[in-house]
Amino acid sequence: MKHVSRKAVCLHFEVHQPFRLKSYRFFDLGHDHYYYDDYANESIMQRIAARCYIPANKILLDLIRKHKGKFKVAFSISGLALDQFSLYTPEVIDSFRQLAATGSVEFLAETNSHSLASLKSREEFEKQVNQHTQKMKDLLGVEPTAIRNTEMIYSDQIGAWMADMGFRVTLTEGAKHVLGWKSPNFVYCNSINPRLKVLLRNFVLSDDIAFRFSNRDWCEWPLTASKYAGWISQLASSGEVVNIFIDYETFGEHHRSESGIMDFLAHFPGAVLKSTPFVFMTPTEVADHFQPIAPVQVPSPISWADEERDLTAWLGNELQTAAFEKLYDLSERINTCAGEELKKDWVYLQSSDHFYYMCTKFFSDGAVHAYFNPYETPYDAFMNYMNILSDFELRINREAPCSEEFNIARRMKEAARDKDFLIENLQRELDQLRKKVRKPVPAKKKPVAKKAAVAKKVPAKKAAAAKKVPALKKAAVKRTAGKQVNKK
Amino acid sequence: MRVLMFGWEFPPHISGGLGTASYGLTKGMASLGNVNVIFVVPKAWGDEDQSVVKLVGANTVPVAYKTIHYAGGKKSFEKIEVDSRIIPYTDPEEFWAYTRGEIDSRKIVVSTDEKGRIEFSGKYGSGLLEEIRKYAIVASVIAHENEFDVIHAHDWLAYPAGIEAARASGKPLVIHVHATDFDRSGGNVNPDVYAIEKSGMDFASRIITVSNLTRDIVINRYNIDPDKVVTVYNAVDPVEIADNHLISRGFDEKVVTFLGRITLQKGPEYFIEAAHRVLKVMNNVRFVMAGSGDMMDRMIRRAAALRITDRFHFTGFLRGNDVFRMLAMSDVYIMPSVSEPFGISPLEAMQSNVPVIISKQSGVAEILTHAVKVDFWDIDAMADAIYGILNYPALSRMFIRNGREEVIALKWENSARQVRTVYREVLARN
Repeated sequence: MKHVSRKAVCLHFEVHQPFRLKSYRFFDLGHDHYYYDDYANESIMQRIAARCYIPANKILLDLIRKHKGKFKVAFSISGLALDQFSLYTPEVIDSFRQLAATGSVEFLAETNSHSLASLKSREEFEKQVNQHTQKMKDLLGVEPTAIRNTEMIYSDQIGAWMADMGFRVTLTEGAKHVLGWKSPNFVYCNSINPRLKVLLRNFVLSDDIAFRFSNRDWCEWPLTASKYAGWISQLASSGEVVNIFIDYETFGEHHRSESGIMDFLAHFPGAVLKSTPFVFMTPTEVADHFQPIAPVQVPSPISWADEERDLTAWLGNELQTAAFEKLYDLSERINTCAGEELKKDWVYLQSSDHFYYMCTKFFSDGAVHAYFNPYETPYDAFMNYMNILSDFELRINREAPCSEEFNIARRMKEAARDKDFLIENLQRELDQLRKKVRKPVPAKKKPVAKKAAVAKKVPAKKAAAAKKVPALKKAAVKRTAGKQVNKK
Repeated sequence: MRVLMFGWEFPPHISGGLGTASYGLTKGMASLGNVNVIFVVPKAWGDEDQSVVKLVGANTVPVAYKTIHYAGGKKSFEKIEVDSRIIPYTDPEEFWAYTRGEIDSRKIVVSTDEKGRIEFSGKYGSGLLEEIRKYAIVASVIAHENEFDVIHAHDWLAYPAGIEAARASGKPLVIHVHATDFDRSGGNVNPDVYAIEKSGMDFASRIITVSNLTRDIVINRYNIDPDKVVTVYNAVDPVEIADNHLISRGFDEKVVTFLGRITLQKGPEYFIEAAHRVLKVMNNVRFVMAGSGDMMDRMIRRAAALRITDRFHFTGFLRGNDVFRMLAMSDVYIMPSVSEPFGISPLEAMQSNVPVIISKQSGVAEILTHAVKVDFWDIDAMADAIYGILNYPALSRMFIRNGREEVIALKWENSARQVRTVYREVLARN
């Protein structure tokens, strides 16, 4: 209860880099099974490590030491980024390890591939989250208790799965069309399973740093640490938590260090601690210290992408849906394959970025989509991806032939599953009907019994009524006894 | 006999059938022995094929035109280059790349001749008509400077040049119709282009068409006297098949190929619909649409909407050897053109031992026996033919064997001989 009056800033950084695909031609089908542009991946990773990950981690480490545990921060690092750190810049893993050792940094779970699996199947989603959790344990020695799905994709259903997996808190976008008049600056909970707390991104304050920081046409330019702390301070009267969730590459890569973003990062936590009633908390701490004020209703998935805050950045046109369906058509058969290489490619090909490159929304968010995009047009991205997917399928066919028997087996399995489902439904219906049949008997007869009791007072019908009442009572007793037996 | 020939493109800088046909015909002429050709193109690059004919490009020299005379025995014709910034042929392919990328289109090349300055600048659209006019002006100068007996102009871009050369020299003009705007536009004829075509046809002493299909269009749509119009079919250069054995396919599925510009004229959408039907009944097949064009993005979206993109591949524009690799990988070649004056590409496929399906609306259908012919709109018949060739090896073998024999008999020499006959008739009348 001592924390009730406190306010918290929750800082969360997303770290992700996809494995970019090389130009893969139709002629390569069946000949070339290596899909990645090593040069691009390595050079981009080294560039960003030098500009962002290494210097920004150092700043955070200094901040944690300087403020003696009062500064806290959270990260979610995708499995693909971790893989590329191991391959190209192992020093970045070391520096994250140092951060983890301070105890002031929380690392969140997510899907290993930074994939869209949560939109396709619960099974695949859980598998990938577990893979990622294992990777976090192996590389950083931490076990996540909070989770953030790919690009903040969230719905009531996905939240319920997260809660079932044992996570206590998740992060998503404070999307206007979901919140309406409500404020993102409180803790909410999942509407299906209230045990999962939901933190909503304050997109105004987040985007002030992520998008607008170096924009000289912005009326608030230049953004200083004290100005930003002032804005946070204004929220003290109207909220409990300020959720600032941004891409980690914001520091040094999206905004170059010449823009002053690194100095901003080094100074704004101090300004917040000094001049506002806010303290820093990690997502799990926020979940522990604040009570949810309401469930948040998100029937269809939201994300933090683009103006629409929905899925259209990845699944907005027929190219994207065709590629997406094709990819996950393979998911059942990949499970029967044992090859290490195949499994690795399966992870890398699922990365949501491949679908992002196929996006045809050129207008408001074109600049963001063009960033890091290796393709000239969405059509090029699609053709390249589909060629690679075709080769991938050829390899699966070789290992797990899609023979007649397999098809028949799959069809029979599907039929069996449908039948099971049907049986389950019918069983449930039957149970309900049985209950209905049993309940009305006492319900109908009771008023009769009462009437009968009233009738007792009427002398003329005395004898008849007296006979009926005990009989009914006996029957009722028998039934309740029967029920109890059943329950046992 | 000396011929002054005006063209628009020459291999390897070609974008379609026009360049291939012009080249094939000049080679055929060279082999006849007694015909000398001066071939003029707006822009020479210097790396044109010189194995059969000696070509000289003058585009590094900043003058309007330059003639280089070769007295040597085997160098049977000369090439005069008019420096310009034009993009050859009415080619949506290039046009698309041109408007999509940022090629420096503002650069103006100034070229001079001794009578004054001629400025060749050029954007596509309306600028193209301007280039054609300037080409014609230079043509008259060239006509003054050279000795020849007859003028031969390939396709509408070169008609004004041919007319001007004929006016300047008084020699007869023969025009060669490789396509009309009715083919290119799918019915929406550009009046400016039509006017240029019509004036060329009216002025010419003789008109050569590449098929009877085109001949009918010339007679009916341009109102030309049938006696003036002669059909001379195109042919195909023999290729060495040895290379083809080196190419192996990385997968077991059969391959059905569409190779060409992805534009309205070529009927790509009918191919996609037919592919969709075939995929409903068999899975062991992949479809390839090789090429690019203004309808490409729409075609990709259509294939994605039909959910066949795992079996339907787009390769983008193929160059050089990749074309032969593609053909060598193919089991069926399909050309569903809505309107095709001739269509050399099926002949190339047949040379590579690939059975072909062509639309009845193509000129090449008039001379081929061993090819499946369907109406371009008849998707069911197309799907049927694809399925048949893929599933009945006997049918496929028959098409390959007979098709190869048939296509070997088509020689540019024969076409050149027929053209020479046309020249002789024209000269005799003069």
